[in-house]
Amino acid sequence: MALAPLALAVVFLPLAASAIAGLFARAIGDRGAQLVTCGAVIVSAAISIPLLREIVLSGGPHVVTIAQWMAVGRLDIAWSLRLDTLSGIMMATVTIVSATIHVYSIGYMAEDPSIPRFMSYLSLFTFFMLSLVTANNLVQLFFGWEGVGLLSYLLIGFWHERDSANAAAIKAFVVNRVGDFGFALGIFAVFLLFGSVNLPTIFAKAPEVAHSTIDFLGWQAPSLTLASILLFIGAMGKSAQIGLHTWLPDAMEGPTPVSALIHAATMVTAGVFMVVRLSPLFEYAPGALGLVAVVGGTTAIFAATIGMAQNDIKRVIAYSTCSQLGYMFFAAGVSAFAAGMFHLFTHAFFKALLFLGSGSVIHALGGEQDMRRMGGLWNKIPITYAMMWIGSLSLAGIPFFSGYYSKDAILAAAWASGTGVGRYAFSLGLFTAFMTAFYSWRLLFMTFHGRPRAGEDVMHHVHESPWVMLIPVFVLAAGATFAGYFMEKYFIGSESAAFWNGSIFVLPGHNTVAAARHVPLYIGLLPTFFALAGIAVAFVGYILQPELPARLAFRFRALYLLVLNKFYFDEAYDRLFVRSAFVMGDGLWKSGDGTVIDGLGPDGISAATRDLARQASRLQSGYVYHYAFVMLIGVVGLVTWYLVR
Amino acid sequence: MAHEALPVLAPAAPEMFLAAAAMALLIFGVTRPNGSARLISWLAAFALVLALLGEFALGGERRVGYYGMFVTDSFSLFMKTLVLLGSALTIVMGLKYNEDRGIARFEFPVLILLAATGMMVMVSANDLIILFVGLELQNVALYVVASFEREGVRSPEAGLKYFVLSALSSGLLLYGISLIYGFTGTTSFAALATLAAGTAAPGIGLIIGIVFVVVGLAFKVSAVPFHMWTPDVYEGAPTPVTAFFSVAPKLAAFALFVRFMIVPFAPFLSEWRQIIVFLSIASMALGAVAGIAQENIKRLMAYSAIGHVGYALIGLAAGTEEGIRGVLVYLSIYFLMTLGAFAVILSMRRNGRMVEGINDLAGLSRTQPALALALAIFMFSLAGIPPTAGFFGKLYVFLAAINANLVGLAVVGVLTSVVASFYYVRIVKIAYFDEPAAPFDRPIAAELKGVLIVTALLTLFFFVHPGPLIGGAKAAAASLFLR
Repeated sequence: MALAPLALAVVFLPLAASAIAGLFARAIGDRGAQLVTCGAVIVSAAISIPLLREIVLSGGPHVVTIAQWMAVGRLDIAWSLRLDTLSGIMMATVTIVSATIHVYSIGYMAEDPSIPRFMSYLSLFTFFMLSLVTANNLVQLFFGWEGVGLLSYLLIGFWHERDSANAAAIKAFVVNRVGDFGFALGIFAVFLLFGSVNLPTIFAKAPEVAHSTIDFLGWQAPSLTLASILLFIGAMGKSAQIGLHTWLPDAMEGPTPVSALIHAATMVTAGVFMVVRLSPLFEYAPGALGLVAVVGGTTAIFAATIGMAQNDIKRVIAYSTCSQLGYMFFAAGVSAFAAGMFHLFTHAFFKALLFLGSGSVIHALGGEQDMRRMGGLWNKIPITYAMMWIGSLSLAGIPFFSGYYSKDAILAAAWASGTGVGRYAFSLGLFTAFMTAFYSWRLLFMTFHGRPRAGEDVMHHVHESPWVMLIPVFVLAAGATFAGYFMEKYFIGSESAAFWNGSIFVLPGHNTVAAARHVPLYIGLLPTFFALAGIAVAFVGYILQPELPARLAFRFRALYLLVLNKFYFDEAYDRLFVRSAFVMGDGLWKSGDGTVIDGLGPDGISAATRDLARQASRLQSGYVYHYAFVMLIGVVGLVTWYLVR
Repeated sequence: MAHEALPVLAPAAPEMFLAAAAMALLIFGVTRPNGSARLISWLAAFALVLALLGEFALGGERRVGYYGMFVTDSFSLFMKTLVLLGSALTIVMGLKYNEDRGIARFEFPVLILLAATGMMVMVSANDLIILFVGLELQNVALYVVASFEREGVRSPEAGLKYFVLSALSSGLLLYGISLIYGFTGTTSFAALATLAAGTAAPGIGLIIGIVFVVVGLAFKVSAVPFHMWTPDVYEGAPTPVTAFFSVAPKLAAFALFVRFMIVPFAPFLSEWRQIIVFLSIASMALGAVAGIAQENIKRLMAYSAIGHVGYALIGLAAGTEEGIRGVLVYLSIYFLMTLGAFAVILSMRRNGRMVEGINDLAGLSRTQPALALALAIFMFSLAGIPPTAGFFGKLYVFLAAINANLVGLAVVGVLTSVVASFYYVRIVKIAYFDEPAAPFDRPIAAELKGVLIVTALLTLFFFVHPGPLIGGAKAAAASLFLR
């Protein structure tokens, strides 16, 4: 069986390419770096499909051990690749999307002065993402997790001469740190509970520890629920769920291919992947699952609401990503892990497609991102226009595009779960579907229709993107159109049991994916109806009566401002954490460090020493009688000491 | 004791030889035409080596001569080795300098021989009278060499200052001796030791006598506050003389100091320790602080010497065998790195003239990398940074102090060495990172080069094989505590 070499090739080719492009940039030049990285990732992607097939057919998780990492006491961690259907799908998704975006970047970044660095980062990111999804223990998962976080930071701040990009990069890093703190605590809790961080051990022992409790900050917490919630906090950070979502829209400061790859298709879904990967844990922690569903559902509608009022084309899609990740989480929360994975899979295609399409628009307009200065572009860049339509149709869940299958499955499963949390998620998801369609078509109409609002000279230069950018878009468009239809039966349909092969664990009573096949017809039709309604409203508001949105915004000014300003999350965080941290840091720095520590410490002591030195050498007058006097004073002092003591 | 019988002379044979050699070389020099200074210098160095061989022949076993007034043991062997080596090496190192300055006269090596004779007597003194005789024999020779560049201004000034202050200190010392004799009725170390062993606490008269002797000795080792002569004399005297001053006489005086404190008065340790601790702390602090303000490297070395004396005194303050071992190790390492540092200073010639400013070393690493490296090794060692020898010197005295419950003293030692490292490391910084000044003259004299290489290697690689030195110091320290 040739699983191991194939898997190793998939994972390590991008690393090798990244090293070559990064370290030998000067030797191989821009074109060389592009060829090496694109070649490696395309080969990786090409291998990943037969690999997935092989994995599914051979069944059961295979573990390819590469090396011992650390063995300290009970802690025994190896570098290894866990190959099962779940990791196989992720590997295929990551490498395929990554390959298209690598190629797209050749065109998009053609004018950039540091192409090798960019390509090297992209490939390195791909490697970290692959090592994340193939982890067989939580520590390697964390390694990949931090690795993608690092690359996300580097790529958001890729244009480091822009202050806003640096600020966004730092924000992404810091907000993720909050989540990662939870994740790390979660890993500690798992180690405490199971005595191991290796997935097979954890999964095998999960039922045993399900009813134990653990002392956490003086609270007797149900141990599995606590560990799962801590891990989920990590997932919330990485997947930008409500509360920790604020970094994702700002991350759009990065180049558009980065937004497509990292902040839409792959890295941000790592949180969802983690929850699905740990399904054997979460299944025994119903409290944590409930929290996942509630957070997911809330994020879905919350982000969609904000998305309706944004004017930056990339930010609209960014909030849409946030919202779609919410869908995936509440799918996981109602035990429909397979449906969540399905949506992750289709979402990777249509969201990357939307980003690359918007990248084409931005490219065509010479860097313009504000939709209020677009419009009337549809006949100038028809291919991009068509691609954006496909992406939007898929995103909105219009039959029979990919998004339709996965989103419907999630909503149906939420309904079928029959729990209060499920119903909550279902109803929020339904309204989210409406809003999703609304903001998607608002985007389409504002960007491509109506009167051109860009300047004459800008409109004059509008041009369709080169083929090197369009072909990757076609690949993604194909995925966004057909992936759902062809893969449905494997992910959630009749073949699903054989397909997943135990890599997702669902308790017998929780099989909402199966139950979703038997929901009433009207439940199945509702999401489509809501989506169509959303499109209709957008059509009315932005084509038929373009003055209507402004009137509404004026009428419901407070509400509009609330949404436009993203519910003032950033402002609140700024007040609460950022500014207070700055005040504290400033105080500690200026008065604490500067005045007290430096003043009394290094500066004070050195100044005092210099002073003393000057005094001491002044004593050295050169006069013999001074010297004799000092000596005699010494004698007198010593004798006196012995006389009076 | 049969006073009519001839005294036992054998233990003092090397001293007698050296005195005779000095006379012989003096006569030889007078009969030779001018310009034979080099030959006589080498002959003098040879005589010193012969004397050293004589000491080795006597060995480290305890021998007493002159009715118990003169003693040789492992301790005297150890210290005399350093004193003789130091004297011989400074004669050799100074050759070129003296020739350049036009002061290459044959009296110089002869005077050093005489001083060395005096120092050997000091090291072997087992009686207060002999102590004084040795000390004065050395002193008289030193007054002359300090003012050896008699046409200059600074050298005679240095000699005169040294003479006046040294005379004062000798007077104090002699007064102390008379007090001790008055209160005990003896000048013999052995008799004093017997007396001390039988007394619970010393009388105040004896104590004050000891204080006066200590003051005299503290002057010789330049411990604060009896150090005032040191910077001026170091700066004013010709550089080879400064090198000599900072090595041989200091070591001899230290040997005398240690023997005087330990052999007769070890039972009064808790009494005299207070003075030593005071001298030690004052020396370390002043050496560390005052060095910072110096711009002349010889003056800097004076403060460095003051500081190092403070560290060596830590071991004496401990007063234990371990402490004395620490002193001896410290002094040997001090000997090495100071000689090396002076070899560097003697290489600082520009356009045929000696320069002494610290800033003259600027950019040395680019003009003379090997010399700069040697300088850096010595400076790091003087600062006590591992793995150089200087670190181990400090380590042994600090350990001894801690084991003797003098933790506070060790802490002060560590703190002052932090401060002192400023000016040592500053020299390295100037030599390595400042814009190069005009390069020094080349080539460096062969004698200097040899001293530089050997001392640098020994300083840097001391840690590889410290056994012989530590073992020798241990045996020497033990010989003082034999009863």
